[in-house]
Amino acid sequence: MWTSEMTLMMWDGIKETLFMTLLSTLFGYILGMPIGIALAVTDKSGIRPNAVVYKILDVIANIIRSVPFLILLILIMPLTKLIVGRSYGTAATVVPLTIAAAPFIGRMIESSLNEVDRGVIEAAQSMGVSTINIIVRVLLVEARTSILVGVTIALGTILGYSAMAGIVGGGGLGDIAMRYGYYRYESEIMLVAVVLLVILVQIFQTIGMKMSVKLDRRKR
Amino acid sequence: MAGIIEVRGLSKTFVTKDADVEALQGIDLSIQAGDIYGIIGMSGAGKSTLVRCLNFLERPTSGTVEIEGRDLSTLSETELRAKRAEIAMIFQHFNLLMQKNVVDNICFPLLYGGVSKKNGGTGGGMSRKAARQRAMELLEIVDMTEKANAYPAQLSGGQKQRVAIARALAVNPKILLCDEATSALDPQTTQSILRLLKQINREYGITIVIITHEMSVVREICSHVAIIGNGHLVEQGRVSDIFAHPKTKEAKELIVKGKGEERRTLESHQRDLMKGKCCIRIAFSVNSSFEPVIANMVLRFGQPINILRADTKNVEGIARGEMILSLPDDVQMQEDMKAYLTQRGLAVEEVDGYVD
Repeated sequence: MWTSEMTLMMWDGIKETLFMTLLSTLFGYILGMPIGIALAVTDKSGIRPNAVVYKILDVIANIIRSVPFLILLILIMPLTKLIVGRSYGTAATVVPLTIAAAPFIGRMIESSLNEVDRGVIEAAQSMGVSTINIIVRVLLVEARTSILVGVTIALGTILGYSAMAGIVGGGGLGDIAMRYGYYRYESEIMLVAVVLLVILVQIFQTIGMKMSVKLDRRKR
Repeated sequence: MAGIIEVRGLSKTFVTKDADVEALQGIDLSIQAGDIYGIIGMSGAGKSTLVRCLNFLERPTSGTVEIEGRDLSTLSETELRAKRAEIAMIFQHFNLLMQKNVVDNICFPLLYGGVSKKNGGTGGGMSRKAARQRAMELLEIVDMTEKANAYPAQLSGGQKQRVAIARALAVNPKILLCDEATSALDPQTTQSILRLLKQINREYGITIVIITHEMSVVREICSHVAIIGNGHLVEQGRVSDIFAHPKTKEAKELIVKGKGEERRTLESHQRDLMKGKCCIRIAFSVNSSFEPVIANMVLRFGQPINILRADTKNVEGIARGEMILSLPDDVQMQEDMKAYLTQRGLAVEEVDGYVD
């Protein structure tokens, strides 16, 4: 039967999941944003084409993205230990989650920036605006809506990845669902955990979309 | 005399996978300060590439571009950015920041544009407060003050171009490059934008270079014109001379094409003539073309009439004559004349503004 212990466990699960997801997304953007900007800028139709830089980033992003998260989690354990001090626990999962998210976030940033109207960039260039100001004042501002939609997608995806954190004792709702539902055949608990996950994704999705629409000035 | 813009032997080749495309070849141009200089050509002629070479948005493959005697290719990155603050540009699709409102768009070059000392330091690095104040002044010039806080998506094409012009003028440029600036606008709006450009040229002495494919634009405001065909400069000179004696095939084609465009709008002075007058449009059928109807009518009534416009149109393969007449003020006479024309088998229709 449902006990107050279980409620407490679910509550902890939510907190752990949120901790992992939000922190990893934040670090993912800190790492992925520059990658995405560099990809968009050095692309051959970008404002500072540079085939070598583009190719290097392109290959790195593809390699990391093609490693399954579960394998990545195990592969980078030494690095995790170096950064967090141990290779297990909730905090430790943030490292592999960030590394898995960064190239994926970079790709989304790249595609958001590539959507910015070429003509607006040209107008800025014709005014003598510097490359850094074009990036900060034109590209990132004009792509704002698209970037926010990207954040929403990233949150959902990272939340999904975080379910695998149980492998290294990371906890969270995904871990609860695995332990109770898969290993102990307690499907009710699994069901509750899954429903909570779905609700979390819904909340992220709704907030993200609302914000991106609210901040979009392209409508009448 | 050396012009404010001197282009010598300019060529531009685009290297693509399949073949090298020679967009421009051996272009020589001399544009004097204070001119309104038209560069016209059919689409694909290379005129947009040419205008981008004037501020080095495109670097020429060979040849030189001198602005006030400075060869742009010798400038460093920073110097070039400063130079660009003296060469403003407006575009066919306006290219405003869609996420910024009108005032912020105009402030943009003042805050982040290249800095040119010659312009008295305007362009880039202005304080936010000063930039806003300057933006409001400019909105007054382009007659858009009431839209200061609107976003571009809420404006019409003509209004967006006015904002773009204000943004271009913000840094006190010496030269204004217009890349097909009226091509996305309807004829009336085009007229108002051209009037604004003319006013800017007159009041601030800004040299204007206009890229267009519409001969009517050139005829309306340009003093000089260069015709580009297939990447070559085929003809250049004073607009009046080229119109009177076009030498090349390209020039003749553009002038003929220009006549077609003209039909769409009435000259403003012609529209003034029609104000308060009784005007009719008559269309000739095949038969009525044999009889000199208008001449006979004038003889019969002994009253002169004013022919505002006469034209032939090709309707379903048959040439049809069309005229707009301004009738005498006498109402009785007007009715009689209309009856006379109808009797002769002409379609008569009263008009109070020209509608095509």
